[in-house]
Amino acid sequence: MTPGPLLLFDLLLPAVLLWLAWRSLTSSDLFRAVILFIAFNLLLALAWVRLEAPDVALAEAAIGAGVTGTLLLAALTRIESAAGRRLSRPARWRPAALVLTGTALLAAAAGLLWSLRLLPTMPGGLGPLVDRHLAESGVDHPVTAVLLNFRGYDTLLEVAVLLLAVIAIWCLDEAVPFLQQPLESPLLTGFNRMMLPILLLSAGYLLWLGSHAPGGAFQAASLLAAGLLLALFSGASLPAQWSGLPLRLLLVLGFLAFLAAAIIGPLTGRALLHYPPAWVKPLILLVEWLLTLSIALILTATVIGGRPTGSRPYPPPASPAAEGRQR
Amino acid sequence: MSVPLIYTAAGIFLFLLGTYGLVAYAHLLRKILAANIMGSGVFMAFIAVAGRTPGAPDPVPHAMVLTGIVVTVAFTSVALALAVRIARTSSRVHLSGRDEEQ
Repeated sequence: MTPGPLLLFDLLLPAVLLWLAWRSLTSSDLFRAVILFIAFNLLLALAWVRLEAPDVALAEAAIGAGVTGTLLLAALTRIESAAGRRLSRPARWRPAALVLTGTALLAAAAGLLWSLRLLPTMPGGLGPLVDRHLAESGVDHPVTAVLLNFRGYDTLLEVAVLLLAVIAIWCLDEAVPFLQQPLESPLLTGFNRMMLPILLLSAGYLLWLGSHAPGGAFQAASLLAAGLLLALFSGASLPAQWSGLPLRLLLVLGFLAFLAAAIIGPLTGRALLHYPPAWVKPLILLVEWLLTLSIALILTATVIGGRPTGSRPYPPPASPAAEGRQR
Repeated sequence: MSVPLIYTAAGIFLFLLGTYGLVAYAHLLRKILAANIMGSGVFMAFIAVAGRTPGAPDPVPHAMVLTGIVVTVAFTSVALALAVRIARTSSRVHLSGRDEEQ
């Protein structure tokens, strides 16, 4: 990566990113702050493309901007309906404290930049090593090979972290609907009719693409979660008999499948997560498909934010006075 | 000035902006935004430092940042659930011991 005709772009993009982050942190209206944060994440995806990390770009756009943005908007709606809408301003600083903090932060920036510059360069990093063993990994895309094979324990524990997040959220509260009633509009129905199949198809495509190009389980799962949320917002709901054990089984299915695949190694005299060479491709694909399903449900569950109550996701029609308070 | 250097510097400044936001604001949602921006800064510096060497990009840092993004979502969702719970229980959106905000 040498400076070329894109140098102006490479100077502008970080500047815009810093400006968006600053505005998102300082605008006193939190709704605006969240929208600016979503814009920040979308432009961040562009920065990942410039840094030649298309997998990270896809994940950033789908998970960083999409899922995190939805989570923030849902939480903001709930916080404002519980504690009222209020502006958020920084604590008042004494001038001396401001100067001191500013100096300390700038010194930290200079120190970090200087020490990162001093790090030794290693031509290609671990790239050549990954390339040499790519044929044994069962997939043709280096990032997927690292995620699901070479450093599979990262991904295994990452799915465990996602599950822990859902368990923590379910312990905290029951699901509180953030819409008083499903959004009913012919536009939404028409949009869903067109969008849901496209989302399903794109998720399947991204998942399949992951074995030989940028894409994979997490990006596909967030598209699937987007479809699920769209359906939920338009009034679809999980049948009560599904919200107990079947839902919990589906949530842990991906993790359990990954764990089972990991244990095949020790059972056959290999290391943990060392797949049998003859089975590696079908095994990785199976784990990825089940992971996608589970992660999509996990992401949806985090946005719903609370354990299922086993009843309808929307309360009975509210009184007109309560409806007036809606945003 | 090389491209990785620009993005390394941007990552460091994002991290420090996030640190400022985390300290300066009492509102919990703002703190969660700030922590997310700190994380983005770390990821950017990491990928940019890994991209200094010429040739095909190293897939290992990319995979680690991908994992990091997903873990960030997990952290954000739990933090937001806690903030919502605090707001519902106490009608406050900041931790006790801090002055009520405007």
